[in-house]
This record gives sequence, structure tokens and C-alpha cells, in this order.
Amino acid sequence: MDLRWPLLRQLTGGDRTGRGPAAKSARTEAWRARTATADRVVKSVCPYCAVGCAQKVYVREEKVVQIEGDPDSPISRGRLCPKGAASLQLTTDSGRRHQALYRPPGAADWQPIDLATAMDMIADRIIETRRETWQWEQGGLRTARTMGIASLGGATLDNEENYLIKKLLTALGVVQVENQARVCHSSTVVGLGTSFGRGGATTFMQDLQHSDCVVIQGSNFAEAHPVGFQWVMEAKARGAVIIHVDPRFTRTSALADLHVPIRAGSDVAFLGAIISHVLENELYFHEYVLNYTNAATILREDYRDAEDLDGLFSGFDPGCREYDQESWQYEGMTTVAASGSRDTEYRRVAGTDPPGRTEVHGATGAPLDGRARRDETLRHPRCVLQVLRRHYARYTPEMVERVCGVPRRLFAEVCRHLTENSGPDKTAEFVYAVGWTQHSDGSQFIRAASILQLLLGNIGRPGGGIQALRGHASIQGSSDIPTLFNLLPGYIPMPHAHEHERMRDFLLADAPHKGFWANMPAFLISLLKAWWGESAQPDNDYRFGWLPRLTGSHSTYDTVLAQLAGECKGYLLLGENPAVGSANARMQRLGMANLDWLVVRDLNLIESATWWKDGPEIETGELRTADIRTEVFFLPAACHTEKSGSFTNTNRLLQWRHQAVEPAGDARSDLWFMYHLGRIIREKLAGSDDPMDRPVLDLTWDYPVHGETAEPSGEAVLAEINGWDAHGRPLSGYDELKADGSTACGCWIYCGVYKDGVNQAARRKPASEQDWIAAEWGWAWPANRRVLYNRASARPDGSPWSERKRLVWWDAEAGVWTGHDVPDFELGKSPGYRPHPDAQGEAALSGIDPFIMQADGKGWLYAPSGVVDGPLPTHYEPQDSPVANPLYGQQRNPARKVYEHADNRYQPSGDEPGASVYPYVVTTYRLTEHFTAGGMSRFTPYLSELQPEMFCEVSPALAAERGLVHGDWATIVTARNAIEARVLVTDRMPSLHLDGRVLHQIGLPFHFGPNGLARGDAANELSAISLDPNSHIQEVKALSADIRPGRRPRGPALPELVRSYQRRAGVGAGTGMEA
Amino acid sequence: MAFDLDERLDESRRVGFFTDTSICIGCKACEVACKEWNHVPDDGLEFTGWSYDNTVKLSADTWRHVAFVEQRKPLGHQEPGVGEMDFRWLMASDVCKHCTHAACLDVCPTGSLFRTEFGTVVVQPDVCNGCGYCVPACPFGVIGKRESDGVAAKCTLCYDRLGAGEEPACAKTCPTDSIQFGDLDELRERAERRLEQVRAAGTTSARLYGHDPGDGVGGTGAFFLLLDEPEVYGLPPDPVVTTRDLPSMWRHVAVAAVALLAGMAATAWRRRG
Repeated sequence: MDLRWPLLRQLTGGDRTGRGPAAKSARTEAWRARTATADRVVKSVCPYCAVGCAQKVYVREEKVVQIEGDPDSPISRGRLCPKGAASLQLTTDSGRRHQALYRPPGAADWQPIDLATAMDMIADRIIETRRETWQWEQGGLRTARTMGIASLGGATLDNEENYLIKKLLTALGVVQVENQARVCHSSTVVGLGTSFGRGGATTFMQDLQHSDCVVIQGSNFAEAHPVGFQWVMEAKARGAVIIHVDPRFTRTSALADLHVPIRAGSDVAFLGAIISHVLENELYFHEYVLNYTNAATILREDYRDAEDLDGLFSGFDPGCREYDQESWQYEGMTTVAASGSRDTEYRRVAGTDPPGRTEVHGATGAPLDGRARRDETLRHPRCVLQVLRRHYARYTPEMVERVCGVPRRLFAEVCRHLTENSGPDKTAEFVYAVGWTQHSDGSQFIRAASILQLLLGNIGRPGGGIQALRGHASIQGSSDIPTLFNLLPGYIPMPHAHEHERMRDFLLADAPHKGFWANMPAFLISLLKAWWGESAQPDNDYRFGWLPRLTGSHSTYDTVLAQLAGECKGYLLLGENPAVGSANARMQRLGMANLDWLVVRDLNLIESATWWKDGPEIETGELRTADIRTEVFFLPAACHTEKSGSFTNTNRLLQWRHQAVEPAGDARSDLWFMYHLGRIIREKLAGSDDPMDRPVLDLTWDYPVHGETAEPSGEAVLAEINGWDAHGRPLSGYDELKADGSTACGCWIYCGVYKDGVNQAARRKPASEQDWIAAEWGWAWPANRRVLYNRASARPDGSPWSERKRLVWWDAEAGVWTGHDVPDFELGKSPGYRPHPDAQGEAALSGIDPFIMQADGKGWLYAPSGVVDGPLPTHYEPQDSPVANPLYGQQRNPARKVYEHADNRYQPSGDEPGASVYPYVVTTYRLTEHFTAGGMSRFTPYLSELQPEMFCEVSPALAAERGLVHGDWATIVTARNAIEARVLVTDRMPSLHLDGRVLHQIGLPFHFGPNGLARGDAANELSAISLDPNSHIQEVKALSADIRPGRRPRGPALPELVRSYQRRAGVGAGTGMEA
Repeated sequence: MAFDLDERLDESRRVGFFTDTSICIGCKACEVACKEWNHVPDDGLEFTGWSYDNTVKLSADTWRHVAFVEQRKPLGHQEPGVGEMDFRWLMASDVCKHCTHAACLDVCPTGSLFRTEFGTVVVQPDVCNGCGYCVPACPFGVIGKRESDGVAAKCTLCYDRLGAGEEPACAKTCPTDSIQFGDLDELRERAERRLEQVRAAGTTSARLYGHDPGDGVGGTGAFFLLLDEPEVYGLPPDPVVTTRDLPSMWRHVAVAAVALLAGMAATAWRRRG
């Protein structure tokens, strides 16, 4: 019977009411889930933040039809946040461009350009600029480099892409190679690296579930890393206390047990007071502290603390604004300074210490040599514990109230929860992100938390540790395989001019006899072999001389100044949008307007690609398109589903993504771009006998390519990163690396990722088939460990501190360390082992030294070297602050880096005249619905509709004080620029009571810009370039500003408004510049 | 219910959502995952100033909607630290309730809306004639007509995914498992246990919404754990199927018709006589 008629179905079937199956149309009957009809499912990883959520990419007829979470992942368990959930639209349906574009000098608009022609022109520009600006030496010192070219970008790219960028540009003599890691988490590497030995988070996401108390501070965990936050909720469900310390009541606070509002930028005072509380009340974990930290180590007699010098430490030179760290060291121990040898000749030439050196030991800790004196009673007045106690004595609850605006009652609650939940049977974990890193003393924020966690005995133990939440899919990877000026792969330092003429000098300065750096010759020589192959031989120093030399800071912010000065002429932007995302956005654009050529590779036409025709300075009349001589190339990039490669997530875990489809049009991977750029340049230079071209021509650059686009093989690059022996066999770990030139390895800490010729990062054993460590999901450095320093999860005698917190322990019968995780210790070294005084390398560490990358094996409560602005975290006010430092006469971090420039004016602070012109504290942040500078969210309709416009958050009290109307407009003004934003008046932005005054804070999301669907002024128009001296990270989490009702002026009236504020506040060249 | 046509709705095969708002982080992943899966267009880019809610309400182009409620009230033992006052920020993801007694289904004249084998209520866009009767019929204001094609649209509880043995896109993506999908019986038990926990933790205002088969819509296939009165989230406090009175209306109509016919007959008879 023909059942096409519903009525017939109704009468003949079981559905007599005709409201069920009988009503189904033919189309409904045929309706199938497209996940079920896909031709294939490809394993991938989300391209947004660094949680590293696994994705399944469904492909039908060579098109991606669906992207969703992979339930097999032990990290994400199949879940995705709104951004991850929108990645189908991001990759297939957003404002993505597929046509290469070219803007000739002075032109009013783009013109299409053939991709091959564009590549050829870019290669010509690089060759020409390089030749024009080549510098064999500077001031008589060999540099062998070009300062005319810079690149920015890498955190959103694959490890393999970062590797080719660093390799090719270094061979070309380009030193200004930078990426978002500088801007986001460079201070993490310093803070964690000097404290524990490695610059990465000490734990992994899933371990949060074992925590008894989670303190989230400097992070808006639920909003910025929503899928990772599920593990906080797991901990809460198991009874953990969740504390959120933050200027704003956010979506994280909404789920916390306790929200503590704090003045932005005052966290060191807050943490310092908890440290003091722990010390004064003897609440520290005595056995852990005595054995596993440097608490007992005795300092030199000539050390003077900030306590003695009103906020300064001994050794400060106000002339060069730097510390001589000699007096900070241990008594009786010769320090091989982690921040570079103090070379008077070097200082005479460069006027500064080798910058960026403190990040160098991000993987391996700062080197030390000699033997320190200890006082096991911890009573010696110069032992670290007593120095610590004195240093933090003035950090009282009263002071917390005055400095941070935190009521004593709330502060006491935090102290109680934290100390009650730390000890042999309990652990507490700290979680932070850029709310701590982006300050002019950002490294010290992280140091403060490190000290506290060491005192409480929470490092290396389940549910403990410090979780650094990074915000780009591979920003950890772009630090490990650094597109950073000061590093070579695996945190080997870039050599500096003069002091590192020969490899021997270099190794003498940086590779000590104790600790892991003793193996550095093997790491470095293997790297040089990977880059220059047969050309690298013992008699030519393995081509060490071909590495271009540094002569100062060449960070991305120094590059902007070099662009303005006309020294840097060519710029590659590889997935980064500094016109919105970097501090002082206007200065970024003015720098680009002074270039000869600019290459932008991105998914969309971001602000950094179009500023020359529609940027804010065109509107104000400060720039005229016809006058801008910058030649601009826009090359569309392939997205994460269109290329294979590995991301390293925030917990050092490498996860391989398989390519799902071919990119359309001119879209190409950055692997393709760098490889073919190198190939074309090498072809053009072939036959050159100019010695400056030799490093490029002798570079190993023969990667296999495949497909119509001649895409290079990412696996081949990963194999080189992993390394091989003299017979070409893949290495299985860095202990196989040799200093005799018989091994090649592109990044020693990643050695083992291609063990047995198998891509270990591609492992996907489902979480349901593994224990909670999930060791067979991806591959983590170092040596596939998840919890670092896990020797500390056992007592000195090797037994677990408690059954509840068992992780790694000594199996006395078998004579090995064993446990759930890979032990972070020599497997056969018994707890009773004590080194001979002459022992070298790892053998110099005892059986109770869990921090094996530190030369003394101890966690550093006190940093005798490695942190250039002080051995102990000290509260300084932000560069621009409406508050006078209540703790010391010293207002700001004396060693911070400031840049005097007409476009980068600072403001008066505290009690200085004019400070009241900028009376409010501004903090910037992310929203769940958007991503960094917006290139991957503001062009995506599903994300844009959720947060369509720039807004500011203010308290009802501030709204009343300044006449701001909810939903209306406000203008926010600093000495750099002024922006407008819609007003959200909310109780979530509490006003603070501190030191007898009410202080208002203004919240600004930093995602917005003029392009795309969700628009608005960029918060970074307001920020200044003022940097942490250790890491060169910018201070954008705490500044001061004024706010007024209404929209900002248009045209020339805008800069006039900014100038009128400057005049009122008396802002000039010297404002805020004093040490 | 109007005609009791769904009396044979097989509860044992019925699936649904339990949305536990006490663990919602307001990330809106559900809104996006829903749109991606169902190809629902964006719903306009408008800054509303309603806390972090810029999609405003459920509609033809928004099938999951997260409400944000800022209140000067305490939340259990939470210490909000916002001055000296109480404060809490509630978030809740709303969705079609897939009612036991679904008025949209009652009023649909074309058979576009139908009750699936999973006990859910789904619109068939190819059958819908755009009459719009279902729009005012819904006591929750869930269903809407899409302006572009004039067809009614709402959550299908990912009917196609259910057919493939997969959970709905919103439940799958939810980072904190605030949206839980499963057999309705099991979800109801789970919700009762969760309610006890939340209340024991001090949030005595917590309650379940839509779980009760005795309510005005016979209970819903998508129900909620709320932390305050339903009105606070924009939900009706006592939803009633809008076709509730149809049977008595029809009875009255029948009586009136009979009476009319009788009257006419009497008149005719009298005239003849």
C-alpha cells in the first residue's frame, strides 16, 4: 500500500492520533546526522586557547561538515567552549580570505596578486633589505646579522612552523624574531624557571580534581579557559574550596566559594602577607621546607634587603637602573650568573646586561656552582627562612587592606583555607594567567606564588602545584621552540656579541659543572648539526659563528621603536595582530607606517593588515594613505583543519593534528610559507660567494613536499626536532645526545617525541582505557612527565607523605623510583644517596633533591640569581598608578624598562602633581566569547553576536561620580590615547576602600578593534610600553585613566583631547621615567 | 491536556535535558554548538546591556539561550566580596521544554510539528506552512517564525543526532556538564539527588522546574535546577498548556451545536405545523 499519505499512515499504523510517526515527512524520514554520513573523521585539536581540547573533524566530499569535541580526550572529555564550538564557522564560513593581496606604496586600495609572484617579491624584499642593512659588526664586535627585518607571530602556529621560522630567519641573520609568548607569558618562564628549574606549569589540568583548595588569582579561569575549568568543578564537587582573587566578580567568581576583590597590580602585597602569615604562625610544612627548599641556605653578609633600603636591594646602580647581583648570592657558593656574566667590556659597549637571559633557564633552571652553607635549625639570622621572614614582616593584614583594598576578614579567610588545606594529607593549587604576568614586575608575581607554594609544601604533589594558564594553542610550544629573540630551541640562550665569540666562551659562561646544564654542549652541538648538517664540523666550531649575535634587547617592543627610527624596514606578521593586541596600539601602527614592506599572514583582514587605509590615524588625520610608503602583502593562511602539525598545550603536552582537507585558493600553511620562502631565497642566492649568504646556502632545507601545493611534510620537521644519531636512527630521549657531532636534534627537550620513528604526539589512547595520568595521550616534555618535581610527593625517605596524596615513591626492594607518573628523578638514585664533594652534573644532587634542574636541587624561596629586579618579590606600584606605594618609599620597580618617546608618555602617580587627572585604575581582560586581538572571533558571526561591541565595566558608585549612564557611551583617556566604549554599570565591579579613600576600577575587554563584525576601540590604545626587566612583558593589567560620559571626539579633536589631559597633568618627557 | 492524544507517550523511551544551573559558567558554548549543528543563523549583533546576555531570548534563530541575572542576594555560603552587600550572578541555559502536553503540537494544523519516537517535539520545516499558530500557543515563548523563510523553528533536541545514537550538540559541548542529556526517568532521579546536595550546601532557594508530571504542561522533557524563582530567569512560574481548555470548549461547542440544531429542528417542525 502506498503510505505516502499521512492520513493513510494514521489510519493503518499505530499512530491513530497522527501526531507521531504518521506525521513524519519523507524528508524527516531521510534526515540523518551528518556525523553519521561523513566520509571520514579526522583527529584534531582546537586552535584557540592552550587547554588543548581534542576535536573530531568530520569530512564529506572533501569539505569539513562538522567539528566537535573528542570524548576520548583525558583533558577535555569531548567538550568545547563557544570558541571551540564555533571553529566550524571559523574555518569554513567566516570572513576568511582566500586571495593574496598587494598594496603598492601610496596606493589607496588592495589589488589581487598571484601567490607565486607575491612569494617572489617577498623573497626579493628580504634579500634586498638584508643586504642593505647587513651588519658584520657593531662597535668592533662581530654581530653577523640584519636589524632591518623583524617577525612577529608563532603562538597560534604549529611547533614545526615555529621551528622553520626560527631556523630560516636565524640563518638569514634576523634576530628580531618574536611572538605572542613575549606578550603573554614570558614572565612565567622567569618566575617558575628560577623557583623550580623549569619555566612551565608544574602540573596538568586533570590533576586539579585532586586539589583540596584551588586559589585562582590573576586568571579568569571559567571565562578564558572554560573547558579546563571543568576540573575545578570536579574538585568542588569533591569538597574543595574554590577561591577567586580578582578585581572583578566574574563568571569564575560566580562559581567560587569565596571572591576576594583586589586592586589590580597589588598581588605581591597580598601574597607577601600570606607568606608572612605562614611564617609568623609557623604554619609552613617544616619537613618539606627544610629538605626540599633553600630555606636553610645562608646568605652573604653584604646582602641588604628591601627592608633595609626602603624598597631597594643591595647593588642597585641608579645610573643604568640595574642591580649588581653579587651580594645576593649564597655564602660560600660561586654563582654562574643566570642573567649573564658581568662583563665590563660588554656593559661599556651595550650599556646594559645581556637582556632576556633570565628566560633562558626556562627549561632547566639557573646554574650554580660550589657548596652553600646551611643551618638545619633554620635559626641563623642570614639563612633564607629568616631573611624571608624579615622581608615580609611589614606585609601585614592591615597593609593588605591599605594596599590591596581587601578587608581583613576576607584576607583571614584566604589564609585559613589555604593553610588548612595544605600539609601531608592535603594539597592546594594556585592557578594564574596574564593577570599576573603582564606587569612591570610580572615575574615577581609568579615568584611570590612559588615561594608560598614551597612553604606550604604543595609543589610536585597531586592536587598541588602552580597552574599557568596560557592562552594560545601553542604558546608553550612557541617558547620551547622559540620564535623569541633571546632563545634558541630548548631554552639555549642566543649568543651575545663579544662575550660569545667562540662556542667555548659561550659554554663556559652558561654551562656549569653541576645541574643539568652540564649537558649543554651536547644540546647545542646537536642543534647546530640539525641546522647545518655536514657543514657543521668540530674544526669550524660546528658553525657556532653563523648564529647572529645580540647586542641588547631586541624584543617586539624594541622593534617598534626601531621601526619608528627607520632602522627596521621589513616586518613579517604571522598570525598576530599588534595593531590591537600589543601595548600602545597606536605606536604599533605608526611603526608599521614607517616600514618599507610588511607581510601579513592571517585568516582575515585584521587591523594590522588594513591600518594604512582605515586605521584610527587615518580618521584623525595623523596619517594620509597616499603618504604611507609601506608596501603591504596579505597572504591568506591555512587554518588548523587544513594542515598537519603539533600544538604544545599549557601543560607541555604535544598533540598532533592531522590534516582534514586541503586549503582553498591561496590559503597556505606557515610551514609552506617558510619552506618555500627559504627555497626561493636559496635559489636566488645560489652561486653567491658572499660570506653572509653561506649560512643560508648551507642550511639543511630539503624537506619532502607533497600534493598540488607542494606542502612540506610536518612529520619530517618533527623528526628533525626529535633528532637522529649518526646512522639516521631517531633518538628516543635527550640522554642520547652527544657533544661530538654524531647526533642532530632540533630541540633537545622535545627529543623522544619521535621515538622509534613513531609520532608520539599523535597517540590517542582513549582516556577511558587509561588511568587519570593518561600517559599515552600525546607526549609531554620532559620525558612524558605530567607532574613536575614529583620526587617531592614522597618524604625524604621515599615513602608517600600520605596515602591520599600518593604519586611517586621509592620501591626499596626493586631499588627504583616508581608510581603513577614518570618519576622526575634518576630512577635508581636512592633517597639515601649523598654526592661526593667533587661530583658533577646530576650526580652532584642528593637523594633528597627533588628540583633536579636546579644546581642545588632545591626549590628557591630566595633567588640568589636569575631574577634581575630582586631576589625576593617586593610590592611596587604599576608604572601608572593613582596610589602612592604604602609599603616603601620606592614607588615603582626601579629596574623596570621604560621607553621615552613622544607617543609613549607615562603619567604621574600616587602623590605626584597631576596624578589626580588620571584617578582610576584600569584593568584589561578577555571574554569567553572572543579571542585575543579578535582575528579568530570578531569575524565569526556566532561569536560576534554573543559580545557584539566594545564595552567598559564600572561600579554604580563610579557611574554616579562621573555621570555615566548604563548602556550609553563613555570615553576613557590616558596619556597615550582615548577610546570610547558602551557602559555596563554593575555590582560586579566593586569599588575598593583603601588607605582612607574609595578607589574605583574600570574593566576593559581588550579584544575589540575597528574591523570584523564585533567592533569597537581597542583597549590597547590606552596602554603604554613599560616592561618587566626580566622578560620584557608589557604592563597592561594595571594602569590609570580618566573616564567621562559620552563618545570620544572624531578627527583631529581626538589627539587634542589626549594632549589637553597631558597638559593638565603636566605630562612630559621625564614623567614617570625616574628609577 | 487538550485531547489526551499523547496519553500513550511512552515515558520509558523518553529522553530529555536536565540543565543544572548551579554549575553553569555562562560560556554560551551551548548556543554556539546548537547553531553550528543545526545551521541556525546568527540572531543579530546588538549590545543590550543586560549583563552578558546579548541574545536576549529564545527565538527561531536562538534555540539555546543563556540568561545572566545579577542579584543583590546571597548564594548559599558563597562569600561574594562585593562590598558589604549580598551578591550573586546566576546563569542558566534555557531551551525548548519538549512538554508532555505540547500546545504547539496541538495547534499545528499541518502536521509539521510531531512527537518523535524519543518523546520530543520537532518542527518539520518542509511541512510547515508558516501559519504561526504554534508561536502564541507555547506557554514558554520558545518557538518563533524565522523572518527569512517564514517557517517556525525551535530546538529539535538534535533529532538527527539522536537517530545516530549521539547526544544533542549543546549537551555534548557543555564544559561543566551543566546541560545533561539522557533518559528522562534517570535524569529526574539525578536531579532530585543534585537538588538535595545544592540545598544542603546552603542554597535553600534551589528548586527543580519542569520535572513534575503534575504541572500545567504535564512535566517537561527539558527541566531545570534553578537557584531562584522561575520568573527571575524569564520562565513562567506556573506554565499551563494553552490548549488546556480546548476539550471543554469543544464540549460547549457541541452542546451549543446540539442546542442550535434542536432549536432549528423545533422551529422547522413548528413552522410545518
